[in-house]
Amino acid sequence: MRAAPLIVGAGPAGIRAAMTLVAAGLRPVVVDEAPACGGQIYRQPLIPDGRTPAGRYGSEAAKAMRLHTEFAELRDRIDYRPGTLVWNLALGVAHLTRDGKSDSIAHDGLILATGAMDRVLPVPGWTLPGVFSLGGAQIALKAQGAAIGRRVVFLGSGPLLYLVAWQYLKAGVNVVAVLDTAPFTAKLRLAAGLLLDPRTLLLGLRYAAELRLAGVPIRFGVEKPEINGDGRVDSIGWAEAGRVGHLACDAVAFGLGLKPEAQLAELAGCAFVFSERDRVYVPLRDRAGRSSVSGVYVAGDGAGIMGADAAEAAGERAALALIEDRGLAFDAGRARQLESALKRLSRFRDVMAAAFPFPHDWRIADDTTLCRCEEITAGEARAAIAQFGIREINRLKAVSRIGMGRCQGRLCSGAAAELLAQETGQGIDAAGRLRGQAPVKPVPLSLMDRISEVAE
Amino acid sequence: MAVLHRLFRHDAPTISFTLDGALCEGRAGDTVLTAILMQMDSLRTSEFTGEARAGFCQMGACQDCWVTLESGERLRACSTPLAEGMRILTGVWR
Repeated sequence: MRAAPLIVGAGPAGIRAAMTLVAAGLRPVVVDEAPACGGQIYRQPLIPDGRTPAGRYGSEAAKAMRLHTEFAELRDRIDYRPGTLVWNLALGVAHLTRDGKSDSIAHDGLILATGAMDRVLPVPGWTLPGVFSLGGAQIALKAQGAAIGRRVVFLGSGPLLYLVAWQYLKAGVNVVAVLDTAPFTAKLRLAAGLLLDPRTLLLGLRYAAELRLAGVPIRFGVEKPEINGDGRVDSIGWAEAGRVGHLACDAVAFGLGLKPEAQLAELAGCAFVFSERDRVYVPLRDRAGRSSVSGVYVAGDGAGIMGADAAEAAGERAALALIEDRGLAFDAGRARQLESALKRLSRFRDVMAAAFPFPHDWRIADDTTLCRCEEITAGEARAAIAQFGIREINRLKAVSRIGMGRCQGRLCSGAAAELLAQETGQGIDAAGRLRGQAPVKPVPLSLMDRISEVAE
Repeated sequence: MAVLHRLFRHDAPTISFTLDGALCEGRAGDTVLTAILMQMDSLRTSEFTGEARAGFCQMGACQDCWVTLESGERLRACSTPLAEGMRILTGVWR
């Protein structure tokens, strides 16, 4: 008998993949780090807090509830492991840890639906308490029912910038300003998205309009942001069309879009390809979600940023591919339908990338921390690049320690690649990508003891 | 002083814990990060420069919110639910 397939992640992609495999008569193992399903986008609170789904998820409440409910209905037809980290993948075996206990699962077929995190570039003062990623600010509100401050500035680019600012406004928090790093003209490109995904587009316009109506200043073309404070955020400064701005605040939510969490695809041996749109290497995949490794599939934002609706479609499509590759009957018509939906959503994502562009010419000041874990400044990284003639990011890591800390470069590798590209005059793709290492996140040493006991 | 402000779960059952020896109260449903930042300006000091940190991503990715228990065990504050009697060390002078 063949082993069960393994799905990593129980966000929109992982949930749809699980439903599809179950419908085909398979009983997948679903491993997820969170205590409850939904991923970051449809994340659930630890306990009920009196809010309705609409109060928590806003316009996306129906989608969130449908996924939560349908996943709950799978419970006795899947092997669900919440609160569990896959910290390594090797030779068809996934190594897991939950509450300090280790386990391993041999699997036949692997769907990686590992999601995304905020993409950021260093800003002076970005390590100050009170500065959180946009996603982090949203999670505080959505899952913990807490605001990151009383007077909050929203800084950066991407749809989350307006969404989270609007959510804070609705929650009664003083939104001091929205500082958009893209010029206003970039927003005109949104018109091209009207036919591709009118609902999402109109929602975004509504958020911006309601922020304006509430008197929240929205500034465009914001450059050289600088977060100030002594042990705590107290203000933010920036430049804008030759003028300077300055506002008092006690918190800043900051982000420049999202980046895939693709470490497990790397450990699974998947080939990667540079994505111009995401400005990062992503797992190579075909339209169905097949990676370069037989039996390994990638779906959702972990394979390239496309958003939650696309993640649902991609999770289902990847599962259909797994079913087909296993020699089971699969619905080819449905597969084609999903592929055409994904194609449309990808075109919409092109529009969003143009409307919320990444600031390519971001200059990181020498005294600004580049790597938060190892506390390496941009100046130290520049000096290492110059002194050792470095052109590739793993060499930069070896010499300067950027990306060598606890987060393994999740936060700084994008910025380090930008910096390498600027210093060497190469394209950012030439900087390469940091090699993934197990464990993909810190695990307790006691776990290692137990593993060696098992090995002996 | 506090970084975070509670908007919901005002009436959830209280959970007692200590922060650097001082008795504190959180609410059921709090993560360790939320519970600490409802009380303090930061939750740890960085390893090399000793600057104050308070986490960043709140989704278990950036690893900027690791704190220590008096027992010596380390935990990631944003992904760990607060539990009764936790004795947490931040290393931050209050």
